[in-house]
Amino acid sequence: MTTIRQLSIFLENKSGRLQEVLEALGNEKINITALTIADTSEYGILRLIVSDPENGYKLLKNRGFSVNLTDVLSLSVSHEAGSLAKVLKKFSEEKLSVEYMYAFSLGEKAVIVLRTDNRPKAFEIIERNNFTLISEDEIKNL
Amino acid sequence: MIWNETFECMTREEMHRCQSRRLVDVVERVYHNVPFYRKKMQEMGIGPEDIRGIEDLPKLPFTTKQDLRDNYPFGLFSAPTTEIVRLHASSGTTGKPIVVGYTRKDLATWSEVMARTLTCAGITRHDFLQVSYGYGLFTGGLGVHYGAEKVGCSVIPISGGNTRRQLQIMHDFGSTALACTPSYALYLAEAIRESGMPREEFKLRVGTFGAEPWTENMRREIEEKLRIKAIDIFGLSEVIGPGVSSECTCQNGLHVFEDHFVPEIIHPKTLEVVPEGEEGELVFTTVTKEGMPLLRYRTRDLSSLDYSPCRCGRTLVRMKKCTGRSDDMLIIRGVNLFPSQVESVLLEMKETSPHYLLIVDRVNNLDVLELQVEVEEGFFLDRISELQGLTRRIKHTLESALGISLTVKLVEPKTIARSEGKATRVIDKRKI
Repeated sequence: MTTIRQLSIFLENKSGRLQEVLEALGNEKINITALTIADTSEYGILRLIVSDPENGYKLLKNRGFSVNLTDVLSLSVSHEAGSLAKVLKKFSEEKLSVEYMYAFSLGEKAVIVLRTDNRPKAFEIIERNNFTLISEDEIKNL
Repeated sequence: MIWNETFECMTREEMHRCQSRRLVDVVERVYHNVPFYRKKMQEMGIGPEDIRGIEDLPKLPFTTKQDLRDNYPFGLFSAPTTEIVRLHASSGTTGKPIVVGYTRKDLATWSEVMARTLTCAGITRHDFLQVSYGYGLFTGGLGVHYGAEKVGCSVIPISGGNTRRQLQIMHDFGSTALACTPSYALYLAEAIRESGMPREEFKLRVGTFGAEPWTENMRREIEEKLRIKAIDIFGLSEVIGPGVSSECTCQNGLHVFEDHFVPEIIHPKTLEVVPEGEEGELVFTTVTKEGMPLLRYRTRDLSSLDYSPCRCGRTLVRMKKCTGRSDDMLIIRGVNLFPSQVESVLLEMKETSPHYLLIVDRVNNLDVLELQVEVEEGFFLDRISELQGLTRRIKHTLESALGISLTVKLVEPKTIARSEGKATRVIDKRKI
């Protein structure tokens, strides 16, 4: 069973901070596959799937950002109505909670990135239902 | 009106003699009863016989807040506990509170100086005095209470908080005088306005306000909004509580009840007594106390002394309204707070760095405290709920340790300015 590494960055709500992160990654030719921001009134968490998480992490850390490498799951579903609901139905039937999730579509495929409160159980459900996990290499080459 | 003309209007020479006699007694007392003072004086090579009058005061050792902490709880008491009839303590904070013990005579002294204080403000036995200082270990409530009873006021011991009830009682009982912190006075003024009750239905005419620093602007605001005379009173638990000094209705400096508490102004660095009229750190020697007399107690409050007689007829020396401190202690809603207390709490939490900034402001006349703290680089959490949990935990830990409510804001690492020397830990926007 495979997970992918996600960069999570703590950002205060100040103009220019997001741009600084993106510029730092851009200068090192680190490409971004997916990006999402969870925000509160005072700060946000920027979550990124990038081409080189290891170096991205080091780079941002050296720049003084509060950054974490987090293991998350990525699934591929077909890009058609109801396919994501089908996956989540299986999760909820087994009382598995999704802590956060984001998704994007690419041609005929759609990609989900998520973090659950119980990873072994998630793997079990995924395996039993033949859902398609995506590896780090695969997501890089999308 | 003057409560005790004998002591409040004596000539400088008479005061000098009175203080001299009392100082000799108190030095004798602490030298024999308090090992801390005996040791200090022996180290300095002086004994009680070297103190013959008030002019010898600068020979004596200083006492600091730290000395009080080091001798917690009763180490500086100069009377056996069988003689101690009351204990008060300063706002409990991290570490240890400051404990003060009073003998029966000390309580009588306290009532006396508080009676003088209230009389200074023009309060008499005809007044209904609403005491809205907190009652309990804090000296504010009970200090004013006993003085007011001595004066013969009709005392309303309502204590702090519950603003609606404060207004109702002030209105229904016809309170003519109010004792509380100046910020609470302003808060009450707002509350009266919002209640829609016409000001004419209130009989309030005067207030004695203290326990926190306040400006002339704030005085004007209180006087305008509450339509009363606002009198500044000063005191600290270590010395006695409220009743160390008070403004009279001339509102031109606070008369120090110097027959009990002898003031000096020193340079906070050199510790030398500064020339008359110059600003420096205020120091008190309690010459009549029995329970816990203090020699040259460093208040850290900045003030200056004026020995010229006042228009009111009192000859007692006047100290200038305190507007600053020589250390970094903050007084927030009457509670003392040292930034180092915040630091020691943060150091115990692994998720935050000890880099923090305290921002104090006054919103709607009440002090508000915000803590900005950096998230530790290696400890950043990935989920909002975890970050919110961390914020709540910091808030809860600090509130229970400091006894004061605050808001916590997480900020990015390295965003709080570092400096070469002393770091800036506090931004006080209150303009006091």
